[in-house]
Amino acid sequence: MAENELIWRIAGGSGDGIDSTSQNFAKALMRSGLNVFTHRHYPSRIRGGHTYVEIRAKDESVNSRGDGYNFLLALGDSFARNPKEGAYYGDEEVKPLTENLDDLREGGIIVYDTGLIDPDDVPDLDERAEENNWHVFGIDLRSMAREHGREVMRNTAGIGVTAALLDMDLDEMENLMESAMPEKILEPNLTILHEAYEMMQEEYEFDHELRVPQGEHEEDQVLISGSNGVAYGALDEGCRFIAGYPMTPWTDVFTIMSQHLPEFGGISEQVEDEIAAAALALGASHAGVKAMSGSSGGGFALMSEPLGLAEMSETPIVLVEAMRAGPSTGLPTKPEQGDLEHVLYSSQGDSNRLVFAPSTPSEAYDQTRKAFELAYEYQMPAIVVIDQKLSGENENVPESFFDREPNPDLGSVLTEEELEDAPHDPSGGTFNRFSHDDPEDDGVRPRSLPGQKGGRFLVTGNEHNEAGHIEEDPDNRVIQMDLRMKKLESVRSELDSDPESSHQTYFGPDEADYGIVTWGSSQGAVEEAVDRLNDDGHSVKAVGVSDLMPYPEEEMTAFLESVDEALVVEMNATAQFRGLTQKELGQFGEKLTSLLKYDGNPFEPAEIVEGFELQINGGTDAPSANTRLEPAIGD
Amino acid sequence: MSAFNAIGEEREIDREEFTPGIEPQPTWCPGCGDFGVLKALKQAMPEVGRTPDETLLVTGIGCSGKLNSYFESYGFHTIHGRSLPVARAAKLANPGLEVIAAGGDGDGYGIGGNHFMHTARENHDMTYIVFNNEIFGLTKGQTSPTSPKGHKSKTQPSGSAKDPIRPLSLSLTSGASYIARTAAVNPNQAKQILAEAMEHDGFAHVDFLTQCPTWNKDAKQYVPYIDVQESEDYDFDVHDRDEAAAMMREAEDSLNEGTVLTGRFYADDERPSYQEEKIAIGEMPEEPLAERYFDDDYEWERSADLLDRHK
Ligand SMILES: Cc1ncc(C[n+]2csc(CCOP(=O)(O)OP(=O)(O)O)c2C)c(N)n1
Ligand code: SF4
Repeated sequence: MAENELIWRIAGGSGDGIDSTSQNFAKALMRSGLNVFTHRHYPSRIRGGHTYVEIRAKDESVNSRGDGYNFLLALGDSFARNPKEGAYYGDEEVKPLTENLDDLREGGIIVYDTGLIDPDDVPDLDERAEENNWHVFGIDLRSMAREHGREVMRNTAGIGVTAALLDMDLDEMENLMESAMPEKILEPNLTILHEAYEMMQEEYEFDHELRVPQGEHEEDQVLISGSNGVAYGALDEGCRFIAGYPMTPWTDVFTIMSQHLPEFGGISEQVEDEIAAAALALGASHAGVKAMSGSSGGGFALMSEPLGLAEMSETPIVLVEAMRAGPSTGLPTKPEQGDLEHVLYSSQGDSNRLVFAPSTPSEAYDQTRKAFELAYEYQMPAIVVIDQKLSGENENVPESFFDREPNPDLGSVLTEEELEDAPHDPSGGTFNRFSHDDPEDDGVRPRSLPGQKGGRFLVTGNEHNEAGHIEEDPDNRVIQMDLRMKKLESVRSELDSDPESSHQTYFGPDEADYGIVTWGSSQGAVEEAVDRLNDDGHSVKAVGVSDLMPYPEEEMTAFLESVDEALVVEMNATAQFRGLTQKELGQFGEKLTSLLKYDGNPFEPAEIVEGFELQINGGTDAPSANTRLEPAIGD
Repeated sequence: MSAFNAIGEEREIDREEFTPGIEPQPTWCPGCGDFGVLKALKQAMPEVGRTPDETLLVTGIGCSGKLNSYFESYGFHTIHGRSLPVARAAKLANPGLEVIAAGGDGDGYGIGGNHFMHTARENHDMTYIVFNNEIFGLTKGQTSPTSPKGHKSKTQPSGSAKDPIRPLSLSLTSGASYIARTAAVNPNQAKQILAEAMEHDGFAHVDFLTQCPTWNKDAKQYVPYIDVQESEDYDFDVHDRDEAAAMMREAEDSLNEGTVLTGRFYADDERPSYQEEKIAIGEMPEEPLAERYFDDDYEWERSADLLDRHK
């Protein structure tokens, strides 16, 4: 059967240049008019260790990695060989081939490097190939690379072989290599690319059906990761200060910002720890600059105290929480949506933070901008939650999407002229920054910035009076507390008042019997599953939720009322989003079944399809070994 | 028009300007050394020529952290141990501000020890005042990192088995470019040192000896003190690292034996401040970042300029 999509997996040792090669290949596919989606899998190891990148290319839109794949390029792990003894580290050397076979679709293609992989070490390769109708090509990519350049260039040989097998034009790949590679390595790479391509055409007869699909874009496209989305959203919203401490996968956002902030006239600081990082963001914001920080679970735990200070002192900041599987250091390079409650409730006292969870790179851009806008308008911390999956996956987005105005507006800040008329304490020069009057009735009292004439005030993490002085008076406490808490309600009504700008994504038919609810990066797989379920005759619609705090009460109530039952899909073991939904809405407990996955890998659409079918048939057994169904309460 | 007109405003400044109109009564115990710091700071400000509106005082938590309640300027009373990271970012964001950070010995040398080390290392242009009363005051008298060995407290009933921290030496090895010790009982020297510290272009650390008569009953009142600059017995070059290091060791050793050595221990006027270093390598704009948000003519850079690499 001819497939309308290519899912190409390049597997090898981490550190073998798989990332850059696949990035170029994905761009070549995008330039040829296809929609692409990349997924990256890597171990928590710097060099060596089995890793792969998957590129899915289709004429229609793609927003998930899909199920399985249909083309394997197995490169061999050059770091697996122990140089001293000429020995192998276990079976690392053949892992690129053995580890990947389970997911390869029927009729798929395998290309492996005979220079590094001995097929005799791969159990049952021939039998399995025959059973699954795989087309297997053992090619000495290593020798080809060595002959014309260096061994690492076997990636390029693999691309040449791929292009020949899929009947692809080499032009785009050549152009990309020309712009990405320095002269010295460009020539040998081009030679290798052509050599491999021509060799395949001359020496092999192809009887496989897989070809690269045909497509066309109406607009210019760019290939953007979730981390790019967050960083570019921050830059366009006028963020000019970042402080951070490395932790996977947050490091991606931090790195992109650090690379560009100086050229954008901003400041990036790598500091001693995450407490300092968040505290620096607070200091910069207090002084009048849009500032951000962020981390992953463990580092975010350290930020909970400065986060509380941001709430109490009403200092706007944006924090990014790039989740990975926990608890503790967990699975450092694997995704999970397990930090939801941590992000919503960590730090002392009643929380009045904003939390957004984008699901795609383009949403990451939009919602990071929204996070800054609202944080500065309402003088409160906003958290953008992403995860290892979203941070590393790439998607093509029309270039024009980024054609937006920058927004350097600091929100509720008074100018010196305005300060002259602002309330001051009669006995001194102090500006009543925390005045009991609420000019807009939204909880926000405009601030001044250090250095402004006539604007001086004190701010403290303790409860304080109008001028910002420590104050334990019960009446003042209640007023200040209520004003702070009111801001969250104000944001909720601001978001509700403009349905056009809803952050929730709806898909499937308008009317349906069943619903699927998901949040953050699991959305792509759910979208695809919903299409398949409806094609199979089910009646399903779904919502991907991005507003976590304030929770979209009205929208979710309407959605859940309109369906008989709903499946809540999320990557954690304790059904945290379902818990949030029930807590916020105070109902629907009996309608919600959870489909959970926490093995370190994101959902594949087929798992959701299967989970759904089991659920509507009243089943409770998990659809696969690595997922779990959690029945509705009272079921 | 600038958004920060207070910055660089030149005029005669009266120290009374730094006394807030509201809540002028400090809640410190009678006889507390913290009064001395407040007084010295108010006296130093006119000497430095900075107005309350262009000054940002960032404090930690503790009795010491309440300093800015009684000092009229922009003030940020932060959280325990974190005054330095907040302060240094404010300075980077708006270098025109006079930034002062302050806190106690528990705050600065204990919970905030990591930040102290790194702020000194980076040589941020700011003044850091540590109220060193050798005890946790606000939490009612527990052992602090500067409590002498053998010091008994409610949490160390058998007496501390730890040697106290050496704040001056620690500061020097960490990279502070101005280091001094003064005492609340020595108002003239304290004022002078604080003024000098603020004028210093780099990280100026002042270990300020303050007594806590409430919890540190055997607290030294730091008298008689010796001013190393005034005394004939001490002859060293404050600009020489090795001589300064030797002097600091002597001051730290002798403090517990009752000899209180105060004064300027180290001053490096050559070392560029962190912001100068960052500007030099192109990691920080020359004009204050915070001003840009008020400049209608500023052309904001766009992420669209980065998209070519993604095509
Ligand atoms: C994270 C955290 N831990 C503990 C405390 C409680 N605490 C408040 S002040 C203080 C000690 C202050 O001692 P020091 O810095 O020496 O200041 P002093 O009160 O003596 O001026 C402690 C432990 C806190 N506020 N925050
Ligand atoms: S407890 Fe000690 S440090 Fe605190 S105010 Fe009283 S005397 Fe001063």
